[in-house]
Amino acid sequence: MSLTPQEFEYLETKIGRKPNPLEIQIVAAEWSEHCSYKSSKKYLRMLPREGKNVISGPGYDSGVLDVGGGYVVTVHIESHNHPSAVEPYGGAATGVGGVIRDILSAGTRPIAILDALRFGDIEKDSQARWLFKNAVRGIADYGNCLGIPTVGGEIEFDRSFTNYALVDVASIGFGKKERLIQNRADKGDYVILIGGSTGRDGMGGSQFASDKLESENRSAVQIPDPFIEKLVIEAILEARNQNCIKAMKDLGGGGLSCAISETSDALSVGIDLELSKVHKREQGMSPTELMVSESQERMLVVTGPEKLKMLENICQRFRVPFSIVGQITDDHMMQVKSENETVAKLPSNVVANAPLLDRPAIRPKYLERIATVQKPKTLNLSKTVLNMLSNPNIASKMWVYTQYDHEVGIRTVIKPGKDASVLRLDNGKFLAVKIDGNSKHCYVNPKEGVKGCFDEACRNIVCTGARPIGMVDHLQFGNPEDPEIFWTFKESVEGIAEYAQYFEIPCVGGKVSLYNETDKGPIKPTPLIGVLGIIEGKPQMARKAEKDDLLVLVGVTKCEMGGSEYYEYVHNVVGGTCPVVDMRSSKANQESVLKIISENLAKDVHDCSKGGLAMAVSEICIANSIGCSVELDKVPAEKLAVDEILFSETHSRFLLIVSPSEIQKVKALLSTAGVSHGIIGMFSGRLVCFKDKSGKVASVRVDKAQERWLNSLESLVSHG
Amino acid sequence: MKIAIIVFPGSNCERDMNHVLAEVFKLESVLVWHTDDLPRNIDAIVLPGGFSYGDRLRAGVIAANSPIISQVRKMAERGMPILGVCNGFQILTESGLLPGALLRNTTLNYMCKWTEIIVKNNKTPFTNKFRLNQRIPIAIANGEGRYYADGKTLNMLRRNNQIVFTYGEDVNGATMKIAGVCNKEGNVVGMMPHPERSAEQILNPRDARPSSMIFESLLNALGATA
Repeated sequence: MSLTPQEFEYLETKIGRKPNPLEIQIVAAEWSEHCSYKSSKKYLRMLPREGKNVISGPGYDSGVLDVGGGYVVTVHIESHNHPSAVEPYGGAATGVGGVIRDILSAGTRPIAILDALRFGDIEKDSQARWLFKNAVRGIADYGNCLGIPTVGGEIEFDRSFTNYALVDVASIGFGKKERLIQNRADKGDYVILIGGSTGRDGMGGSQFASDKLESENRSAVQIPDPFIEKLVIEAILEARNQNCIKAMKDLGGGGLSCAISETSDALSVGIDLELSKVHKREQGMSPTELMVSESQERMLVVTGPEKLKMLENICQRFRVPFSIVGQITDDHMMQVKSENETVAKLPSNVVANAPLLDRPAIRPKYLERIATVQKPKTLNLSKTVLNMLSNPNIASKMWVYTQYDHEVGIRTVIKPGKDASVLRLDNGKFLAVKIDGNSKHCYVNPKEGVKGCFDEACRNIVCTGARPIGMVDHLQFGNPEDPEIFWTFKESVEGIAEYAQYFEIPCVGGKVSLYNETDKGPIKPTPLIGVLGIIEGKPQMARKAEKDDLLVLVGVTKCEMGGSEYYEYVHNVVGGTCPVVDMRSSKANQESVLKIISENLAKDVHDCSKGGLAMAVSEICIANSIGCSVELDKVPAEKLAVDEILFSETHSRFLLIVSPSEIQKVKALLSTAGVSHGIIGMFSGRLVCFKDKSGKVASVRVDKAQERWLNSLESLVSHG
Repeated sequence: MKIAIIVFPGSNCERDMNHVLAEVFKLESVLVWHTDDLPRNIDAIVLPGGFSYGDRLRAGVIAANSPIISQVRKMAERGMPILGVCNGFQILTESGLLPGALLRNTTLNYMCKWTEIIVKNNKTPFTNKFRLNQRIPIAIANGEGRYYADGKTLNMLRRNNQIVFTYGEDVNGATMKIAGVCNKEGNVVGMMPHPERSAEQILNPRDARPSSMIFESLLNALGATA
């Protein structure tokens, strides 16, 4: 929990003297990997940041996108992994709270939450089940109380997360462009701490998160209070409406140390902070404790002297505690006082900018070992289909999302459980949002794996009729000091950059979380990609498939079984070739599907990914309560074995439900665009049935499939 | 025609309700912060959903004991139409304006989903446009939504026709599947489901028409569209 000798030396040279113990603590908090990105920053510069919708400004904690009509959408993603692994309820809840405040910081109202969760093997591991249940409850209790809908997300279970948890939360904000916080400050302005009181919780949380998880450090876990957060949101938005906020920052990792140093650095001013003024929940807190506490539900606001009274009145009206803790100076220093005595004084640009590192990277040896695997023996495929439907990674997540209020705010037009969620905006447009990740693919091939996650998120967005306008990433890996792990990080960033450049989707925000490992080893590389899209017209609303409707598959199926659910869940085989995105055909496929949607030619559109064709078709049949007979010979594919056609997770594929009256138009449109496709099935009866030339390959009853798919997760968590 | 929506610290459905009343049904609605007085010349009151006071102690109990509720009580006694939705219903039962109590759902989980309710009393200001036993596809979202009443209270409810809505299925273990009740006079109605989330077709996966009739009934009761 301190600086390395080199960092210590660097700090001494920069300030020209020995730092005192408090100063060391302040700098150590800010220079932690969690706050400083010292390992990752050089690589993150590869990501394209510019785009026609992107609004950038100093000190924004979230990405800002212009969506037209004078409105903006903001987005941010964060994780709360270490705390959630120790105390899943509080860790997950405060994870929601933290990302919400980043959205608020820009001056926008949070309108949606998405979460991505990862745990160990919940079928066998009761600890993983406990973590899962309580993380879900933590998110539900916090988000529900705030009245911010949790509209989507994704969940993955894998043994590499044993005794650990990844809890990632993304939040979306919406507001008027003219009300964005300008983030400026002038000498003499007041610095005000608004919200929850400061106590001894979350002590040194950012440093706790910057080391591998070896012991359960409970005092490093923050305590959630969604009621205070709700009051803070309303008070801050009212203060924004009354132009009382010149600059604003959320208190998150690193507590006051980070908020003060980063604010003064970003605004090119100095801040004089008086710790005795901070409203506290406990007595006798030392300056160090006050500076590194990560107590939640706190915002730092800068206001001019003429607006101070009004801001105080607003806080009092909403009964939100606040304290005037400091003033803006013009000396670019952060000066910390306790009872008028200076206890720390540091140049804020030094504190806010840790010396960056050049970490060595070496291709991991395991990649060689798993590059080729022997094709497993095909089992009874009907049984395999049912088995796969109850795989926790495939099965319906209804048990989770029905615990989240996903309707509050009355924007949720396409609801959780679909490809992507869609929110209506006040400018008449619709916003589609989705996050995707796949640690199994990324383990087998970090670069192609993450491009696949990106492609999957884009496909999900496209299924709603939206065009991607921006993305956020969350890069989660083990200890970066291990060159093999650092290599996987580098590869992932390169993969994201390649995809983002090709598809011209700007990266508007992101987060890096390293040191995700326990005594049992590191997690698999887990980059997450969140994509936002805009629908100018109407979203693709599902119409029910009826007898004689046709199933069209867009895209080519390849033998890409590495990291597939079929290999890993059914056969316990890790390795092989993971799906590789062919960017040119992916783009063509997406464009054609968007055209089909805009001409209203499809009754419904789905992405084909985890679990492959067999799972996607089964899920469509379950949702429509109708059977489908699929001819595998019609699937555009390389020469594949039957199980490979059924379960390969090749990217860039879509499934369309098309009525017989529209099928010629759809066919013509796809042929003209030169997009590979096949009319692979027809809906009728009550069987999901896959056939090839030799006859029936696999067949399951829709009601049986539904029973497995809908209930297996719930029965695992409630009876396990 | 003016409707007051009472806002407590932690209420979170007041803006949704305001949108539906003002934008969809073109009524004049006003958000009233709990420390302010009820405006004069109002014609109806809505207690919206949310987590007033963070659901501390029990859902709705702190709000039920706050000063503005005594003003609401006076209006109730004068026969003004009052609707409590979700947390608003919990506040109404906690304040004694409605009989019964709302307990944790039998699953012990928060539950957000779409279901159907059935109109059992079409004489209230919020149900007068419905046929008896008409079904309403509607959103529910609550953790403490299981209506409970003892035998004596149930007898009273039945005798006075105070059961307004029942669920079409057993969603949370509520006594007699009750989803909404009214006072003896019928002017105060509480319901767990959210009509404001269900009255626009773009949000309702089934049919928004029946839910919108809850608001049309109010218009009717106030003489706006007779």
